[in-house]
Amino acid sequence: MSLAPPRMAPLLHRLAGMTRRGAVHATLLLVGAVWLVPTLGLFVTSWRPSADVAASGWWTALPGGTFTAGNYREVLTVRGFEISLLNSVLIALPATLLPIVFAAPAAYALAWHRFRGRRFAFLAVVALLVVPLQLTWVPILKLFNLLGLTGSFVGIWLAHTAFGLPFAIFLLHDFMAELPGAVFESARIDGASELRLFLTIVLPLSTPALASLAIFQFVWVWNDLINALIFLQDRGKYPLTAAIQGLLSSYGSEWHLLAAGSFVSMSVPLLVFVALQRHFIRGLTAGAVKG
Amino acid sequence: MATVETRKISKFYTHEQAAVDGIDLFIPEGEFIVFLGPSGCGKTTLLRMIAGLEHPTAGDVLIDDRVVTALAPRDRNIAMVFQSYALYPHMSVFDNIAFPLRARQFAKAEIPGKVRWAAEMFGIARFLERKPRELSGGERQRVALARALVREPQVFLLDEPLSNLDAKLRTSARDELQQFQRRIGTTTIYVTHDQVEAMGLGDRVVVLSQGKVRQVGKPLEVYDEPADTFVAGFLGSPPMNLIDRGSAILGFRPEHFLPIEARETGNDAVRFTFRVTRVEYLGADRLVYGMLEGGAGEAKVLSRLPSTVPLPVQLGERHEFVIGRRDLKFFDRQTGLRTAPIPL
Repeated sequence: MSLAPPRMAPLLHRLAGMTRRGAVHATLLLVGAVWLVPTLGLFVTSWRPSADVAASGWWTALPGGTFTAGNYREVLTVRGFEISLLNSVLIALPATLLPIVFAAPAAYALAWHRFRGRRFAFLAVVALLVVPLQLTWVPILKLFNLLGLTGSFVGIWLAHTAFGLPFAIFLLHDFMAELPGAVFESARIDGASELRLFLTIVLPLSTPALASLAIFQFVWVWNDLINALIFLQDRGKYPLTAAIQGLLSSYGSEWHLLAAGSFVSMSVPLLVFVALQRHFIRGLTAGAVKG
Repeated sequence: MATVETRKISKFYTHEQAAVDGIDLFIPEGEFIVFLGPSGCGKTTLLRMIAGLEHPTAGDVLIDDRVVTALAPRDRNIAMVFQSYALYPHMSVFDNIAFPLRARQFAKAEIPGKVRWAAEMFGIARFLERKPRELSGGERQRVALARALVREPQVFLLDEPLSNLDAKLRTSARDELQQFQRRIGTTTIYVTHDQVEAMGLGDRVVVLSQGKVRQVGKPLEVYDEPADTFVAGFLGSPPMNLIDRGSAILGFRPEHFLPIEARETGNDAVRFTFRVTRVEYLGADRLVYGMLEGGAGEAKVLSRLPSTVPLPVQLGERHEFVIGRRDLKFFDRQTGLRTAPIPL
């Protein structure tokens, strides 16, 4: 009996490949559209005068409607969004950096150092992933009241750091565990201290994971409303999310302002994503070991 | 330069099985020594314990007569080249080679000169700005060697550094490696499973099996005078013929087992009748497979005939073959160790 592989006609083969690729492209286009159409709607609405917004749908404005920058001007100067925007930045930047600063060494140690209780510590981290946030509010708030941290930026930084750490450690651990161990051993023999090894080898090689984590954490903190309301309890310190929510309740149906405010809010994570995406270089470790 | 010594060094990963089992070794200054053995024989574990990457379960490592067992790798003044090269992928070749100098706080002004010196030693000075991923396998291997050399360590440890190169490159790299070691004269420990590398490179070869040293000696010694049946069967390709002869095992190299016509016979030769079962042509040699016949029963053996021996050998034929008496080695059946010759 012949063991030759079944041969498909080349044309048929090509056709099958094209169909497969076509299906992938169609799915991607669909996903893109689902995300993009509402965004476009929001964007168009944010530039239309309030009377137009109330009178007709955003798609009617696309061919030659009237547009104005007034919504943005009002939101940013009259309604106090500039303060909230600044607050959001003041909250989100440290609340993004702190978990990474703590998680990176922890993840490295859990992945590469042999010590007593390592497995247990890692299991505990994984277990913390599934603790519901709601469970922690009352005890943390009590603690913060005791320490005088309620209503301060430091308090919300700490809260976000604590909430973000389990996932941060988990994500970085999995990435770092896959780094080539021979590179670390080589650095140790070359004379590197653990600190130098961590700073000059482990961290740079983990850039893709650090960038993904930064985006996750930043978007989560930036879009957070509930923790801000609970831990800040001070209008002067509220972030953008709270300001937008305020717009909703106090001014009823001012959709044009809401659209402008929302667009300001969502453009920041987008910028962060664009800024960090170049770090998702695949195969950063190519050339370390073998070919 | 330094001496390296291990004293009763052992490594147990599990309670029953020793990866390295009480090895005593002394490596004098400037020697190029090769640890040779099949995979899993403990050669890499032994090297890693000398490097400080593994902690021995028992025993000590001494470098220059100083016990270093408890010292971290960076405090042993050694350099190591890994099988995978283990280059720092995010750094340029320059920064890779400079890394050991920076880690050891060399003066900033000193670094470029030293990097250039090491790079020129291995002919990679023109790649200094490149990243490892832009280099070929052979070039990466040179970067790894330059990085090991740059701070002029007391001891070089090389863990199968040539095994990722293609066959042709491996031969030239082997040659360069040896010349380089001769030039700088640093004590070098080289781990390989490749006996050709071991024979070609080593001043001495340490043959390991199952965590134990089977034999230490010059390449020719371990080849000509194997200490036991393991060494006899491991070295040489094809390896030594080993046949049962009562309480002893008789060993002889295929290239010493020759037709009577091809050899001056005298009192110093032993004759056998050899029935040919297969002939393999290898160009420079013929491998002749067959059976020894005679009083002590049949045994499968192999002869290696150089092309200079013109004797036509055909399947199924019987030939008179001889072995020089001093080419016959005797091993104890129970222990596998070499014994005195016994009458045949």
